[in-house]
Amino acid sequence: MDHITFLVAVVIVTALAFDFTNGFHDTANAMATSIATGALKPRTAVLVSGILNIVGAFLSTEVAKTISGGIVDDTRVSPAMIFAGLVGAILWNLVTWLAGLPSSSSHALFGGLIGAVWVGAGSHGVHFDKVAEKVLIPAVASPVVAGVAALVATYLAYKLSARARQDSVTKGFRLGQIASASLVSLAHGTNDAQKTMGVITLTLISAGALGHDAGPPVWVIGAAGVAIGLGTYLGGWRIIRTMGKGLAEIQSPQGFAAETASTTVILTSAHLGFALSTTQVASGSILGAGLGRRLAEVRWGVAGRMVLAWLITLPSAALVGGLAASVVKHGGNAGTAVIALVALALAAVIVAASRRNPVRADNVNDHHEVNLRNPAPTNVGTAA
Amino acid sequence: MHVDWSALGKVAAVSLGVTVAVVVVFTFGVLGLSRAEADGSGSAPAGRAQAALCFLACAAVVAYGIYLIVPQFH
Repeated sequence: MDHITFLVAVVIVTALAFDFTNGFHDTANAMATSIATGALKPRTAVLVSGILNIVGAFLSTEVAKTISGGIVDDTRVSPAMIFAGLVGAILWNLVTWLAGLPSSSSHALFGGLIGAVWVGAGSHGVHFDKVAEKVLIPAVASPVVAGVAALVATYLAYKLSARARQDSVTKGFRLGQIASASLVSLAHGTNDAQKTMGVITLTLISAGALGHDAGPPVWVIGAAGVAIGLGTYLGGWRIIRTMGKGLAEIQSPQGFAAETASTTVILTSAHLGFALSTTQVASGSILGAGLGRRLAEVRWGVAGRMVLAWLITLPSAALVGGLAASVVKHGGNAGTAVIALVALALAAVIVAASRRNPVRADNVNDHHEVNLRNPAPTNVGTAA
Repeated sequence: MHVDWSALGKVAAVSLGVTVAVVVVFTFGVLGLSRAEADGSGSAPAGRAQAALCFLACAAVVAYGIYLIVPQFH
């Protein structure tokens, strides 16, 4: 293990930290609508989702062979740039979580890496045509496809079941939601845990600790699976609230239609080689399901803020990643340590800020808004 | 920039088709369930059969989904 330098160790820890934020940022994709409709209790939902994420991490053997799927030149990437990119991705994930905005963890990772490589190796290290092809096109197309599918499915589900016993309908679709949400979680584990495994494995290869073309060692698979599973279990309640309650008021047939649409879009595109953001697919589905039920309320303000977050995710993470890369580039190990400490401090500030108006399992369904400050107390007796 | 429109079109068509099919079949299953649970209608066994058949079809789609997720099966 003498190949594991200080920098490599820091990269591994940072990659696992990113995996953890990836987990709690994306719990909502699979579980938000199930929690909102009461198909699953909040705690049960995150437990199921966490376990399925770990299972998914172990199931898939097709580890990402490139760090980024070709959007940066992998031969120019050094562990220091990976570290800087990961810092950018983690900080952006935390900021959007604080605001309760479902932004894409994959875009944050890509953005962080693009920024870090741009600063570290120059702009020719970034393949901008690939960025358009792998990031922009799916980002526009996938939520629309998922949204249209969920809209049509929701409309038909309500039309067909209009004259049936409503309690049977609600109960039936709730049961269906458990299955469809579980499938989203499993697919998430096989995809997103893979990304972290790929990053760690490629770092180890570049440091000479593993041979070329080596698969991930068991401890990497285990660590990545547990990190994303724990993150998922912690539950990004702020984002769950936005996706389950904020975008639209979701009933169980809508939840089922939305989750089915998400699962189908994710699986079809993975099968045909499109990289896409689970978050954006799930959000598109929820909006579609909201529109599919007549008179259902879609909060366009929330949707607008969410789309804005999608647009600025990649550039923002790139900015932070680039900034971190310039410090690491000129500062060496000391610079790395400084960036790590600054990132930890910022993360602590964000977590502290979230405490001012916490969203937890027991209050996730109470409101539809995620505020930074406690709203003026409307009902007496709920002080503190 | 190269955009693979045919693959994109395939994703869109397959996603729309499968989603709508699963949700419609599942809805028929729920309708069967609702008939089975309705009191004194006399169509309870037929409703149960309809529900079982529809849910079985959905379960088959789920199984295929798991098959797609797990690379060991390929």
